[in-house]
Amino acid sequence: MLTRRIIACLDVSAGRVVKGVQFLDLVDAGDPAALAMRHAAGGADEIVFLDITATHEKRALLLDAVRRAADQIFIPLTVGGGIRTLEDAMLVFDAGADKVSVNSAALARPELITEIGSRFGEQAVVVAIDGRRHSGSPESAEVYVSGGRKATGLGVLEWARQAEARGAGEILLTSMDSDGMRNGFDCELTAAVSAAVQIPVIASGGAGNVRHFADVFTLGSADAALAASIFHFGISDARTMKVELASFGLPMRLPC
Amino acid sequence: MSAEKTVVIDYLTGNLNSACKSLRAVGADLLVTQRPEDLKSAARIVLPGVGHFASTERLLTTGIADALRDRVAEGVPFLGICVGLQWLFAGSTEAPETRGLGVFPEVCEHFPAGIKSPHVGWNSLELVQESRLLHNLPASPHVYFTHSYRAPVVNATVAVTNYGGVFSAVIERDNWMAVQFHPEKSGDVGLKILENFMKVSGC
Repeated sequence: MLTRRIIACLDVSAGRVVKGVQFLDLVDAGDPAALAMRHAAGGADEIVFLDITATHEKRALLLDAVRRAADQIFIPLTVGGGIRTLEDAMLVFDAGADKVSVNSAALARPELITEIGSRFGEQAVVVAIDGRRHSGSPESAEVYVSGGRKATGLGVLEWARQAEARGAGEILLTSMDSDGMRNGFDCELTAAVSAAVQIPVIASGGAGNVRHFADVFTLGSADAALAASIFHFGISDARTMKVELASFGLPMRLPC
Repeated sequence: MSAEKTVVIDYLTGNLNSACKSLRAVGADLLVTQRPEDLKSAARIVLPGVGHFASTERLLTTGIADALRDRVAEGVPFLGICVGLQWLFAGSTEAPETRGLGVFPEVCEHFPAGIKSPHVGWNSLELVQESRLLHNLPASPHVYFTHSYRAPVVNATVAVTNYGGVFSAVIERDNWMAVQFHPEKSGDVGLKILENFMKVSGC
């Protein structure tokens, strides 16, 4: 049976993993490659590097971290943040990434999804969507770009459908309402996106405990769930979490 | 020493990095090539694949297909990955105008409607007959898949995976070996499978 995936996300700035509380007070959390290895050994199904500086001069540091991680981990590695062109994507793939995640640049120019997909395969393109609800209903959720600072006027469900039509391999959905709160994923919004598209949906934003993961897999119909802070500073590892999720009857890969 | 080369065929699609890194991790001495003549010195041949079935057209037009068929008949073990498995069939509905190698006469098809596609993530392998690639692995190991088309179950299928019905996850017939999943992305299980491939002696 296809298992639900637990994805460990590392925020990388200037080649170092950082962790903040609601984007403030960034704390150095270590070397991306070393942490990626620890997560892979700890039972994570995939690793995501999210470059949160993504300035031109810091890019080399990220690519170096991708290269070192890819030499040592043999599970899927996705890199996102600052990928604006096919050339940006090629650099990341050359360094050893298996997938890229595109966000703002894909909204500005949706052809980017198709361009990367036709060169590297649709499975290699993850479209990241940051959404915020305006009323009670998930249908009201609007897409935001530029790290959540700019509203686009586009509905989350509509953009997810468009991204799929352009050849996205997966959707990475972050609920801005839930992000950083540790009160659980936005299961309703995740379920709405999951029903709107045929491609896998990765839920992100709001993980605080194992129950939240169980909820987003069941109530939210998520194919995968991404978490960052829950894994840092030894709070929890994927293996422990997966054993518990498996006990709820969810299909999990439990590495030996 | 060129006799010990593992030749990885580059047909200018997708990303060969991961496949090469993992093969090196299990000790392979690689030659990555687009030229059929480089197959002559190959001790093993790997055809990775993360792309559209139509991209395999190049294998036929460049003469790689013929060179490969000869070498494998001479006893060189072959490993196809993902599209590299599907290409061993007569064709795929993904690109009906592109001929496959035709080692197996069946055709690959898209996952049925109503099931999420691509099939992405870790799914289990169910052994249906003895396998050289899966030798000494735990029962029903999980491996990483990402594909929208799948090969039917045939006589040479040694392991199946269930996703909207069973399909061929591992195929072995003589020196033709192929996997639908990505061993290079399947953690320790994947590395073990590649290690097993590196130990297979041709027949």
